[in-house]
Amino acid sequence: MSITQQLSTRHLLGIKYLLPEDIQLIFETADSFKEVINRPIKKVPSLRDITIVNLFFEDSTRTRISFELAEKRLSADVLNFSASASSVKKGETLLDTVNNILSMKVDMVVMRHPAPGAPHFLARHIAANIINAGDGTHEHPTQALLDAYSIREQLGDLRGKKVAIFGDILHSRVALSNIFCLKKLGAEVTVCGPPTLIPKHLHELGVGVSYDVRQTLQWCDVANVLRIQMERQDIKYFPSLREYAQHFGINKALLHSLDKPIIIMHPGPINRGVEITSDVADSEHSIILQQVENGVAIRMAVLYLLAARN
Amino acid sequence: MSAEKVILNHERFALTIERLCQQLVETYDDFSNTCLIGVQPRGTYLSERIRTRLQSSIPDIAPLAYGKLDITFYRDDFRRREKPLTPSVTEINFLVENKNVVLVDDVLYTGRTIQAALTALNHFGRPRSVELLVLVDRRFNRHLPIQADFIGLTVDALDEAYVRVQWQETSGEDQILLYSSKEDV
Repeated sequence: MSITQQLSTRHLLGIKYLLPEDIQLIFETADSFKEVINRPIKKVPSLRDITIVNLFFEDSTRTRISFELAEKRLSADVLNFSASASSVKKGETLLDTVNNILSMKVDMVVMRHPAPGAPHFLARHIAANIINAGDGTHEHPTQALLDAYSIREQLGDLRGKKVAIFGDILHSRVALSNIFCLKKLGAEVTVCGPPTLIPKHLHELGVGVSYDVRQTLQWCDVANVLRIQMERQDIKYFPSLREYAQHFGINKALLHSLDKPIIIMHPGPINRGVEITSDVADSEHSIILQQVENGVAIRMAVLYLLAARN
Repeated sequence: MSAEKVILNHERFALTIERLCQQLVETYDDFSNTCLIGVQPRGTYLSERIRTRLQSSIPDIAPLAYGKLDITFYRDDFRRREKPLTPSVTEINFLVENKNVVLVDDVLYTGRTIQAALTALNHFGRPRSVELLVLVDRRFNRHLPIQADFIGLTVDALDEAYVRVQWQETSGEDQILLYSSKEDV
């Protein structure tokens, strides 16, 4: 018989709860979906009897389009929901909103929410499969999976590879999910940014902490550059964007001063000229657009594997 | 009592593949505008053999259009199985638009795999015709009105029986085994 494998979990709430084997299974399944989305007809009928609701309580471009495209390429029925255009404005609770949607026979929920832990709360109370598409400053598991998958595509097995994460680590769910994911796959991780934007006890997760951009770039094989999340910063963490760009921005001159080329990643949206200059973001070492392409394949794999568990 | 029985031994196995190749040549002559597509995972062992045989026996044959089709995402038992099947690769680097397609699988049983393969094939264009070649046809176990055009061996067996094709590449010997029950496999 053919090999059968399944995920150890019913929901994708965070990378923290995945086993390394789960991540490998998602990657292998994504390989197959990547072939599918490069065909002339980019669609398969796997999820044709499944309805998925995309609940976005926070703004999103890439993640939302990527999930919607992944769902459509798997032939699922898709419902889109934005908090800004809904009864949430009238005071409805999260649980009421979701239960009302589920009573219309929805099988899976993809949710982005500003509150850390919101998808975990939902998972305790409802029967549908839940995929976390970003919960506040906590986790963004599909982004971490597609980042690691993109690195695997460039460098092969992640074991022993050196990945540096630059920027606003404190407010970044991408950073936390990436750390969990890369560590589970055996990579070495260092974070780099201004001391005010690096959480105090981060080294307890087994990652290196550095405040020197040049030194960290010299050390790493891959640089994942994150955006400064002004919308989550209620106090001043650094004097000005200009000063941040001067001390922590990544530019061509800095990359030229290294003795080897490194891979540049960014989860988007990019603030050009702040954390990364345009010539770096658009250079041949940047895999930013490959990340976006891989995002669809990874999300197809996650949806397919979670749906299969019913 | 041994639960398994060899129903096609090594010598007859080779002869059967040889006969199937001859039948294909009689039908498709030089294989212009014809392609061979093996169904993943186990149909591809047979399609590889046939491809190699045809490629070496017909002197003027152009490189045969050849592909492997994975049907995991097209199966009708998704979410109805205990565990999901792991997909294999699909390698079809041409369109089947207006081509004659010979679909190759090892065992034709309920017909559901072939139904899924026909759906999957549609995503590579509209073929001029599709014919089905199988090594084993379990003719009394069909769930769907699907029949093969080229058959290696016809097996009449009860529903609970299991037919396994073993390949030299994976098991060390070419042979076909019949098990009286699926649990014995």
